[in-house]
Amino acid sequence: MDPNYAPYVPVVIIGILVVGLAAVILLANRFLGPRRTTREKAIPYESGVDPVSTPRQRFSVKFYMTAMLFLIFDLEVVFIYPWAARYSEFLRDNAFAPIAFWGMMFFVTILSLGLLYEWKRGAMDWE
Amino acid sequence: MSMGELILWGLVKFVCIVLGWVMLVATVLTLMERKQSAAMQNRVGPNRALIFGKKFPLSAFLGQILADALKVLFKEDYEPVNGNKWLHRIAPALGLIPAMLMWLVIPFGPGPPPGVEGHHWFQMADLNVGIIFIFAIASMSVYGATIGAWASNSAFSLLGGLRTAAQMISYEVTLGLSLVGIFMIYGSVQLNDIIWAQGDMAWGIVTQPLAFVLFMVAAVAETKRAPFDLPEAESELAAGYFTEYSSMRFAVFSLGEFIGIVAVAAIAACVFLGGWQIPWVETPLLADGTVDYGWLTVAQVAIFLVKMVFIIWLQMQIRWTLPRFRYDQLMKLGWVYLLPLAIFNLVITALVMYVLR
Amino acid sequence: MLEQILFWLLAGGAILTAAMVVLPPVGRNPLYGALSLILSFFFISGLYVLLVAHVMAVLQVLVYAGAIMVLFIFVIMLLNLSDKELGQSRKTTAQFIGVLAVSAIAVKAIMVVSSATGSKALMAADAGFGTVDGLADLLFRQFLFPFELVSILLLVAVIGAVVLAKRRLT
Repeated sequence: MDPNYAPYVPVVIIGILVVGLAAVILLANRFLGPRRTTREKAIPYESGVDPVSTPRQRFSVKFYMTAMLFLIFDLEVVFIYPWAARYSEFLRDNAFAPIAFWGMMFFVTILSLGLLYEWKRGAMDWE
Repeated sequence: MSMGELILWGLVKFVCIVLGWVMLVATVLTLMERKQSAAMQNRVGPNRALIFGKKFPLSAFLGQILADALKVLFKEDYEPVNGNKWLHRIAPALGLIPAMLMWLVIPFGPGPPPGVEGHHWFQMADLNVGIIFIFAIASMSVYGATIGAWASNSAFSLLGGLRTAAQMISYEVTLGLSLVGIFMIYGSVQLNDIIWAQGDMAWGIVTQPLAFVLFMVAAVAETKRAPFDLPEAESELAAGYFTEYSSMRFAVFSLGEFIGIVAVAAIAACVFLGGWQIPWVETPLLADGTVDYGWLTVAQVAIFLVKMVFIIWLQMQIRWTLPRFRYDQLMKLGWVYLLPLAIFNLVITALVMYVLR
Repeated sequence: MLEQILFWLLAGGAILTAAMVVLPPVGRNPLYGALSLILSFFFISGLYVLLVAHVMAVLQVLVYAGAIMVLFIFVIMLLNLSDKELGQSRKTTAQFIGVLAVSAIAVKAIMVVSSATGSKALMAADAGFGTVDGLADLLFRQFLFPFELVSILLLVAVIGAVVLAKRRLT
């Protein structure tokens, strides 16, 4: 087996087994448990009061913006990982060490500017 | 290794680690959680479920766990009528599967030293992307709660689901960024390398104390437990995103949650507490052959489990001590305090390493 | 041989799940479509593993399936378009143009693939290729300037997101 792929064989096998396990325990209940649906059970739970409207209404744009900002910052973090793992190695190379250090400092400064802007514009106020 | 051997070991490790250890600990934890909360609130906790009414050591423990498991199996498998049936069915599995897959790269015991080729017997998959794999799988766990909430067609569920998603993604950035300092100091993203390096240098909690705090806060928020349990805040949202869930589907959700707690504990133990490194026992001392290798391995696995149980205990302690945040406080804490602190931690670590190079 | 079987399985899975995003039985419900797209990203991640691009495989899941699709699902959940609103724009010229564009890309892809067969086959990867360290060396030793530009691009994205959402709010 190619050593490049070998570690991924257990990933696939265990992935399939875990999916199977989840399916089996969910299905077991389906066969073992009773199923007696009544009108009262079918109504969504709202503390004993019958629902007056569908819950699927439009929600605040805040949630959407949080997801957007998460996406952007997640990308920035992804760019930092390889550098972080290699940083101690970069520092051994005397000529390259300042480039590695200041290069990331620049990146992080720009990232912080984005965060600062987002904070100052009140994107994080949820009142 | 040949394909056949790989498949065989995959199966063996699945049975031993996932079924025999992860599922077991998560199940026991469902009871231990109640016992610990009882102890903290000066109560007795569940003690009535005995096996055939007989009293013997741990009978209440075993009885309660068995009773819980049987109960959820034989309860009605409720489906909301106006909701989305298929999404409602698969959502609990979407919560459980990522929690279990995170264990693929967590090492339970000593592996080959960095740079040495060899099979890692205590890890299911020795991927060279290491902990980034955990982050990738953990990012999948947003879907279970969110989809389940949406499929339920209930107002409480939907609000809980929205809160879950917004909270989890907000703290995911901090979670990812908090470990960057660890990657820098120990020079790798593979848990095995990080643990070996912690034998030579100090443990992660000594070199990166701020990262430990940030990681634990973000991890508790990711597992949706108090003080971050807004998605299931019972005083506002009934049961939050799983209001419309009962029987096994509910149990699978909570099983996923408990497995997540154990996974967080395992990662924290590996990264911050030296994993299977025995305190004050130097790695070179172990290499010269004066210590019996077999018993040493047993001791190392045992010490890893002790560290893990310690972090689980810490999480439980936090959960039963602190009151819940308000929603705007939660968002503010994540974006305005924790994320800048994580960036600050990165800068300081980089600066110190640069100066001391 | 095994590689080829795996490639066809993964590629077939990726195309099938991607097609399911828009095709009727699954694609009728936008949330099903989004879940199908997540599955498709997993297949593509498998293809990256076959290319020995380990980091890319994981980042495919982390960024696409774990971050971008969260945004998609958020939008679907937040807008909560009813079936009526969705039904109207179904059979339009947009659909026709879409089919046309996809077939044009497919024809081009087949042409490229068939002309490339055998020319650059089986290039052996360097040691460390596709690992975190290999990626770091490439990114910081060779492409440092583009890397810094990425930070500015992302800053622009942050500003754009905040400005867009804020304008709607006030």
